[in-house]
Amino acid sequence: MMQALFQATIEFLKAFWAPLLCGVAIVAILPLIVGYIVLVERKLMADMQARLGPMRVGPHGLLQPIADAVKLLIKEDIIPDDADKLVFWLAPVLSVSAALLALAGLAIGPAFQIAQDINIGILFVVGVSALGIFGIVLGGWASNSHYSLMGALRSSAQLVSYETAAGMALVSALLFTGTLNIKAIVEAQSKEGIWFVLLAPVAFFCYLVASIAETNRAPFDLPEAESELVAGYMTEFSGFRWSLYFLAEYANMIVVASVATTLFLGGWLRPFAHVSWLNVLDFVPTLLMVIVAAYCLQRTPKQPTRVQQMFMLAVAGLCFVLGIVLLAPVVVPIAKPFYAGIHGGFWFIFKVSLYIYFFMWLRFTIPRYRFDQLMRLGWHFLIPLSIINVLLVGVALIAGAYFNLKGWGLLLVTTPAAVIALVVALLILAAEKSRGARPDQTAASDFYAG
Amino acid sequence: MLGADELVINMGPQHPSTHGVLRVKLKLDGERVIGSECIIGYLHRGVEKIAENRTYQQFAPYVDRMDYVAAVSSGLGYCEAIEKLLIVEAPPRARVIRTILTELQRIASHLLWLGTHALDIGALTPLFYCFREREEILKIFEKYCGARLTTHAFRIGGLQYEAHDTFEKDVERFCKDFESRIVEYETLLTQNRIWIGRTKGVGILTAADAIAFGVTGPVLRASGVKWDIRKAMPYAAYDQYKFEIPVGTTGDTYDRYLVRMEEMRQSRLICLQAIENIPTGPIMAKVGKVLKPPPGEVYHAIEAPKGEIGYYVVSDGTVMPYRVHIRPPSFINLQAFDRMVRGHLVADVVAIIGTIDIVLGEVDR
Repeated sequence: MMQALFQATIEFLKAFWAPLLCGVAIVAILPLIVGYIVLVERKLMADMQARLGPMRVGPHGLLQPIADAVKLLIKEDIIPDDADKLVFWLAPVLSVSAALLALAGLAIGPAFQIAQDINIGILFVVGVSALGIFGIVLGGWASNSHYSLMGALRSSAQLVSYETAAGMALVSALLFTGTLNIKAIVEAQSKEGIWFVLLAPVAFFCYLVASIAETNRAPFDLPEAESELVAGYMTEFSGFRWSLYFLAEYANMIVVASVATTLFLGGWLRPFAHVSWLNVLDFVPTLLMVIVAAYCLQRTPKQPTRVQQMFMLAVAGLCFVLGIVLLAPVVVPIAKPFYAGIHGGFWFIFKVSLYIYFFMWLRFTIPRYRFDQLMRLGWHFLIPLSIINVLLVGVALIAGAYFNLKGWGLLLVTTPAAVIALVVALLILAAEKSRGARPDQTAASDFYAG
Repeated sequence: MLGADELVINMGPQHPSTHGVLRVKLKLDGERVIGSECIIGYLHRGVEKIAENRTYQQFAPYVDRMDYVAAVSSGLGYCEAIEKLLIVEAPPRARVIRTILTELQRIASHLLWLGTHALDIGALTPLFYCFREREEILKIFEKYCGARLTTHAFRIGGLQYEAHDTFEKDVERFCKDFESRIVEYETLLTQNRIWIGRTKGVGILTAADAIAFGVTGPVLRASGVKWDIRKAMPYAAYDQYKFEIPVGTTGDTYDRYLVRMEEMRQSRLICLQAIENIPTGPIMAKVGKVLKPPPGEVYHAIEAPKGEIGYYVVSDGTVMPYRVHIRPPSFINLQAFDRMVRGHLVADVVAIIGTIDIVLGEVDR
């Protein structure tokens, strides 16, 4: 019996060692990545707000995430007396595991994917990441606090509404591929030679807005609206539990950004992957790394202590090595087979970063929606628009098939579709405006009904 | 849905956006506010009672601690009230410098309001821009009298300090920079769809209501009542300068925002006019070391950034006031809160607290 079990384990390991390794890497490294995304966010925020941001821990605050993590880990773990202990314990874990599980379905370049070639790829990612809402609702309910409860209710209503719009937006893009398999989706974009963001811009816009709402980011960060609900569903959570929620939120950001990249932005493909005279673009990754390295080198003498200087040098060295790694497949013939993997990974991460950068940019620029406005935007604007867009894209595709259009030629039919969708959007907005910007003050409307 | 029709929420006294230690009891139906009650007094220090046990000069720094983000204005009101009681007048030079500093203080106070108000509504960035400019004003204060926040800049009878050498230049430079800076805030907010959606039609206070509640300052003017003590009962040197009183039409949060923005512009213009021509001469009127006003009473009000701050002082002829009553604008404006907040959502509550522009030190005294 034992032997059979052992044998089976060995067999399993033999067959799935690569995905397992990837899985361990995700669980082990993701918190660190999230920590650095937070650092980047704080630095960006500081830059936009005319200040410096974290500067104390490590050169330019580079070690701040680690200090933060250690602080959160050793904090006292408080569970409110009246809380439902089991659910309180379970909720953040649920949130974070859903987010991590969703990452398993994604392909970071053709080589790196944990759950390889599942035929419902995108559906799996979207479905599993939506499960994270349970963590939020349960956490808010289990805390037994009014603020938490309101945050949780807002969150569930918001997620349900915007998940619909996001799903419809995804459908528009999926119409072009006819498959849910993540690799196949990117390969379809490679075959057409055009990214779906150009073919279905309205769908991309819908997904962009819906994904911001889904991840509870500003201007849709109502579930955790600091100025209203203290911290929303996270109010009663502290220390490590709180950091789990935080991890889940940022992991979710990575997930939605990856989904958008895969479906609309050509996944791991280089811009103009099949235009041979633009092969110079292959040097862009290396150039970028060298620029970062040069900047670090230039800053090194300005660091106050020796340790910090060494650290800065190490960062520069790392960037330089990365640059060489990225250069190797382009110039060294032996390294050619690794081209797709290495450069695919770079472009994928690059696009995901741009998407997340956009999230951050929005957060620091615009105020927060009110809850009823958010719901109205979702139900009265985004959902109708995305549904109509599916219809229009479908018609465009039929027309495209009739005229036998391929690749860039498809633009001939999809552009009119996008224009019509845009007109529809403007009409909806105009109708909204004439209906009056505010609902009746006295009427008690049930915003959670959605 | 939850088997509870009404939800009572305690907002504060420790809440990120009640601007201090205001505690608001909210009765909610879902997210809609059906009733509210402001519970104040967490910062009560008995300022008025303290006044009865201090000499007239000793009490002057205490008023700075009421509205601690507009200390210069509170100080001006007190000093002028006592001057009225003593029947002395500050010399022209002192009055002009007082005007400049008070208008700078108005800008600083409005900047703080703008930053925190925007932060409450979810715009993170204006706060830091506002603080950048406010810092310049505080630097001018620091150069002038050594303090930044609770300045105690004025004395009964005039000024203690002569304006520092670079005073005019500093003020002029600030005013020059500020013109483009205020455009910067406006590009972030004024035409922003979300900002308009969050503020237009929120917390409407009609002119009749505003007058009935005794509301003053920008809150009153946004409701369409053109009442500004700087024009109605000029004090300091305001009668010498040309400026407009911005008024709103509907009295909603957006109007109050526009009114305060315009007030900052007007304050800037007043400062520019004032530094053009600062009269020379003494800065202190002839008042004795020991102040013994003749028995009697006086009420003097000035237009502080938040509204009418009034001092009712009764003298019995001794060195200490018999009674000082202070009419703090924040306290009285806050009374209109319930009227403004009913029927709105929780998110609007913070917008309305922000738009009244209260300072709890002044509410509780």
